[in-house]
Amino acid sequence: MDNKNSIFRFLIPSKGYNILFYLAIPIVIMALYLTFIWSPVERTMGEVQKIFYFHVGSAWNAFFAFFVVLVFSILYLVKRKRIYDIIAGVSAEIGVVFTAIVLATGPIWAHSAWNTWWTWEPRLTTTLILFFIYIAYIMIRNMEGEWQKKARLASVFGIIGFINVPIVFMAVRWWETNLHPVVLGDGNEQSGGGLEPSMLFTLLFTVATMTLVYFLFLRKGIYIEQLRLETSKLKAKWQEKEINREAS
Amino acid sequence: MSYLFAAYTIIWLLIASYVFVLGKRQKAAAKELSFMKEMLDD
Repeated sequence: MDNKNSIFRFLIPSKGYNILFYLAIPIVIMALYLTFIWSPVERTMGEVQKIFYFHVGSAWNAFFAFFVVLVFSILYLVKRKRIYDIIAGVSAEIGVVFTAIVLATGPIWAHSAWNTWWTWEPRLTTTLILFFIYIAYIMIRNMEGEWQKKARLASVFGIIGFINVPIVFMAVRWWETNLHPVVLGDGNEQSGGGLEPSMLFTLLFTVATMTLVYFLFLRKGIYIEQLRLETSKLKAKWQEKEINREAS
Repeated sequence: MSYLFAAYTIIWLLIASYVFVLGKRQKAAAKELSFMKEMLDD
C-alpha cells in the first residue's frame, strides 16, 4: 500500500492520532455542557428537545460518512488503490453506527412528541432503508472471496447506495407530512429554520464534535485494517517459505 | 426527563460499544501480526 504520496495521507494513523484523541475529550465535555446546561429549555417540548443536538449531530455524520464512502468508492474504481477501498469500508461502518444512534434516539423523541415509538413517516422510513443499505454493504465486504472482487462490488454498491442519502435529507421537504421538523430551513425556500441563536450554536458545536469523533473512528479503523493487511502479507510470505522448505 | 436520560444513555452506550469493538479488533490484529512476525523469524 503506497500511501506516502497520497493526498489522503492525513487519514493514515500516525502519532498525531493521540493529540486528536486528547483534544476530543474536552470538546465532548464542552458539547455536553452546552447541551445540558448552557442551551435554553425549549418552550413546547421541554427537556426532551435536548435529544435533538446529538440526534442531528449523528444524522449529519452518518450522511458525511456515506458521502466519504461514495467518494472513495469512485476513487477505488478509478485508481484501484487498496487504501481507497479500506477508507470506504471503514467509513461505511462508522456511518452505520451513527445511523443506529439516529434510529435509536428518534423513536424516544417521537414517543414524547407524537405519543408513538414509530410511524412510517417518510424521514423515518428512508432512514431505516439507509441503515439496511449500508448493512448490506458491510455484508458484501465480509463475503468470502478475493478482495479485489469484493472491493469492486462494494464500490458499485457504495455509489448506488448513496442515492438514498439526499432522499432522506429531502424527505420532509418533498412529502411535507409536517411530522418531522425541518431544522436548517423552512419550506421549499430553505430559509429560516427558527432556531434560537444559542440553540443553533449548541447544534453546530455538537455537529463539529461528532465530526471529530467520526475522524477518530476513521483513523482507528484504517490503522486496524493496515495491521490486518500487514498480517495477511506476512501469512503469504510464511506459506511461500513453507512450500519452499517442503520442496527442498 | 426520563426520555432525555434514555436517549443519552443509548447514544453513549452505542459509542462506547463501538470503541470497545475497535479496541478488541486492534488488540487481536496486533497479536496476530506479532505472532506472524515470530513465525517468520523462526
